[in-house]
Amino acid sequence: MSGLHVEDPGLLALLQDGGRRGHYRLGLTDGGPLDRQAFDLCNRLLENPAGAAAVELTFGGARFTVGIDSYLCVTGAPMPLRINGEERSTWEVHPVREGDSIALGHPPAGCRAYLGVAGGFQAEPVFGSVSTVLREGLGGLGTGKLAPGDLLPCTPAPGRRRLYLPEAAQPRYNSQVTLRVIPGYQQHHFPRLAQRRFFGSRYTVTDRADRMGYRLEGPVVRADIEGLLSEGICLGAIQLPADGQPIVLLNDRQTIGGYPKIGAALSLDLARLAQQRPGGEVVFTPITQHAAHNALHLARAFEASRSIQERGP
Amino acid sequence: MIIELAGESAVMVYLGETMDPAVAARVQALADALPDALDEALLDLVPSYASLLVVYDPYLTDHMAVVRKLHHLGYALEQGRAGEGRLVELPAWYSCESGADLEELARRAGLAMAEVIALHSGTDYRVYAIGFAPGFAYLGEVDERIAAPRLATPRQRVPRGAIAIADRQTAVYPAASPGGWNLVGRCPRRLFDPAADPCMPVAVGDRVRFRPIDREEYLALGGEP
Repeated sequence: MSGLHVEDPGLLALLQDGGRRGHYRLGLTDGGPLDRQAFDLCNRLLENPAGAAAVELTFGGARFTVGIDSYLCVTGAPMPLRINGEERSTWEVHPVREGDSIALGHPPAGCRAYLGVAGGFQAEPVFGSVSTVLREGLGGLGTGKLAPGDLLPCTPAPGRRRLYLPEAAQPRYNSQVTLRVIPGYQQHHFPRLAQRRFFGSRYTVTDRADRMGYRLEGPVVRADIEGLLSEGICLGAIQLPADGQPIVLLNDRQTIGGYPKIGAALSLDLARLAQQRPGGEVVFTPITQHAAHNALHLARAFEASRSIQERGP
Repeated sequence: MIIELAGESAVMVYLGETMDPAVAARVQALADALPDALDEALLDLVPSYASLLVVYDPYLTDHMAVVRKLHHLGYALEQGRAGEGRLVELPAWYSCESGADLEELARRAGLAMAEVIALHSGTDYRVYAIGFAPGFAYLGEVDERIAAPRLATPRQRVPRGAIAIADRQTAVYPAASPGGWNLVGRCPRRLFDPAADPCMPVAVGDRVRFRPIDREEYLALGGEP
């Protein structure tokens, strides 16, 4: 099988699909794209099934050689895209031919982008998914993060329309994000003053921010308990260990833990958090469970009506 | 039963506050009953010592409906009793060579190493939770006399199969990883093998008993040297 040859993966390149579902009881976490919105749009532009495997690139600086006639698309952080040295738009489907070279530069804002091909990359699923979780040693091509010399297999694809997302409809990646938080878990163990401080302060993304979680720095918020019996942790949970500095838990988090949690961030906002680099600013705002439920449904309706357009011949 | 919000599409059900087989049995019974009650709206579950995290599909159901069903099941649970779970025997090579902290643990406990081994292998443990890493089963409760706090400085690398103690919990590391538990021996059996079916020899609710073996048997059973 032919496909896309990895010449240089850049800082970190991982194969991701929709994520691994339904295996918490084995201790397996979700994996999957950190910026779900950009990942889903990549597949929609390529007219792929939702959740088709794409490469998640972190900070760019990657090069590939095409080994098969196909179509590709890059979404997410604006990494300058060059095909055979010529600048091309991201958020747009481009035909590529065997032998073409693909280069992705460093983005001026944001940090993660998705490189997809028509039909998605083909790899052997483990527990129903090809998503790479480095901590678990599962997924991808079976060898962890992508390395020079790897071949990302893909199949010949029938013609694709040259779909693109107009610039006005593209997400913007700035260095400030507001996370909507549903208070829960051990919220009652956080004194009123601590809760006010948490929701009224600005936090900064530290350099300990990865696919497991984003560790933030700012005013100290402590619970009146140190730890608790280990319990399940879901996506977006906000943990406050003894040092009082919040950690927002993401796709590759451990599935259980014993630190106090003040609540969980809305999944829709995690995509923006995961585009933050160290130094980025985070603000938390509380919302009710009902508002969160509504927000999910509204976002789905909005995504369905998003103005995807077709480039003329 | 206390139900707390855990996120936009998850709730946390607390059925107690301590490591207690009776509480764990109720967690297990609720976990067993939920797939039928929530049907395809149930995405996943994380049973733990005294809690159950329930993750549902927000496009198929909502918070109110899930909470209503949980209360209904909670009432039914008071009437019933969960099963004992299977008894799984795991071979264990206890020694200073295979368990770097065995000697120190015995010294601090004021016991002979043979006594530590007898106490560790003489207890049937319950699988309370699985997490931390794929296939990492939290087993309890370790005899008070050999309970030991986590190491002040965790090890960079604990080998696969290491049998370890932290407070009144014990576990077998399913893969090499960093770790801060006290190492007392090694188990030759693989605790997590993605290619095997089932991929784990134990599940939450099972009981585990360690059977002491020597180095030769450890190697004969395929243990990593």
